[in-house]
Amino acid sequence: MDGAHDMGGVAGFGPVRPEPNEPVFHAEWERRALAITLAMALPGGWNIDTSRFARENRPADDYLGMSYYQIWLAGLERLMQDRHLVEADELAAGKVLHPAKPVAKILTADEVPAVLRRGGPTERPASQPALFAVGDRVRAKDIHPPTHIRLPRYVRGHVGRIEAVRGVHVFPDSNAHGHGEDPQWLYTVSFNGTELWADAPDPLLEVTVDAFEPYLERA
Amino acid sequence: MLPLRSASLDSAAGYPYFRAMTDHEHHHDHHHDHSELSETDLRVRALESILIEKGYLDPAALDVLIETYESKVGPRNGARVVARAWTDPAFRDRLLKDATPAIGELGYAGRQGEHIVTVENTPELHNMVVCTLCSCYPWPVLGLPPVWYKSAPYRAKAVKDPRGVLRDFGFELPATTKIRVWDSTAEVRYFVLPMRPEGTEGWSEDELAELVTRDSMIGTGLPKRPDQVQRSEGTS
Repeated sequence: MDGAHDMGGVAGFGPVRPEPNEPVFHAEWERRALAITLAMALPGGWNIDTSRFARENRPADDYLGMSYYQIWLAGLERLMQDRHLVEADELAAGKVLHPAKPVAKILTADEVPAVLRRGGPTERPASQPALFAVGDRVRAKDIHPPTHIRLPRYVRGHVGRIEAVRGVHVFPDSNAHGHGEDPQWLYTVSFNGTELWADAPDPLLEVTVDAFEPYLERA
Repeated sequence: MLPLRSASLDSAAGYPYFRAMTDHEHHHDHHHDHSELSETDLRVRALESILIEKGYLDPAALDVLIETYESKVGPRNGARVVARAWTDPAFRDRLLKDATPAIGELGYAGRQGEHIVTVENTPELHNMVVCTLCSCYPWPVLGLPPVWYKSAPYRAKAVKDPRGVLRDFGFELPATTKIRVWDSTAEVRYFVLPMRPEGTEGWSEDELAELVTRDSMIGTGLPKRPDQVQRSEGTS
């Protein structure tokens, strides 16, 4: 979806403000928000693409008005409600009002190190050859689906060059919506600054994105 | 590094997502944020107890997760990788050719680092990493991302005006240096191998790791110079 999360090149946000000696968390609730979100993926049964879409699929005011971990919480609450793990009245009341829904598995403390170490590799075996090779000129399609997409707006319609072929990976556009992994070839595509930003061209700038094959056409 | 100016707080006032959420700033810029934060705090506590009571969460697992990302996994891991690459040419080659197993040799692997690619800075080319769509970041080597990395100003500006971003961080890239910005839009995670500072001949891996800053591995900073650290005696 063309949402407020897709920020590349957007004007008006002002300068970057690094925080000297920044702590990992700025409040106790941020610690809890991170841990609860990571732990709930197992009983909840959702994947990282579903989680990303639950965070970004909201009105721009909401997205821009919340802090990072507030967005995580909002996404988590939505995912849990969609699956009836928790109901809205329970979130409002702050206590359990309905019986728990049976879940297949929960994350136990002893399993955490192995689960984190395993992570979630997304590379899959190829079922067909790659359409593009390093050096090919490609255009990022000018597409605007209302569903999850990982092709940023600022490259759509622009011509770039295949910089690297990264193998076949889970396709977020499908996986986010429960339509299966539908693995696709993934490429690093480089764009010249002069191609992307005609109003402020930097001839020594190159920007790369990682783009799935369905996002690209030969140029 | 040429210091240019200190960051001002003016233009993004009123947009919590854009800013580092420190207590200091809350008191000055958002009177009601303090109570809002407390509300969030209460809400998260209630949510946690609901999920524990329903049997979805093991409270001990939450503690292990927090301890992992607050005290065990962080940019010191990445600094070890960079220092090894600076001292061991064969390791450097492996790191640039296939970073995930090379980084795994030092024991760093897993979530948000399943497919790592190392990009090397040279006198001709400076690399910078961003995720314009969310906050993708190589956790096993750098830990959790700082607030600025996840903020709208960085995500908006890095791909259009990366030299301006570097100025926000207080340094000017030579006008003749090429700059390549890697937008992490899939599950590949990018890790910058900065240039080894001059004047460090004969330094040990441990000493070199002290020079490697988090920002130098994102591409928004440089490693420290030898005169910026106390070189410990007897460790070389």
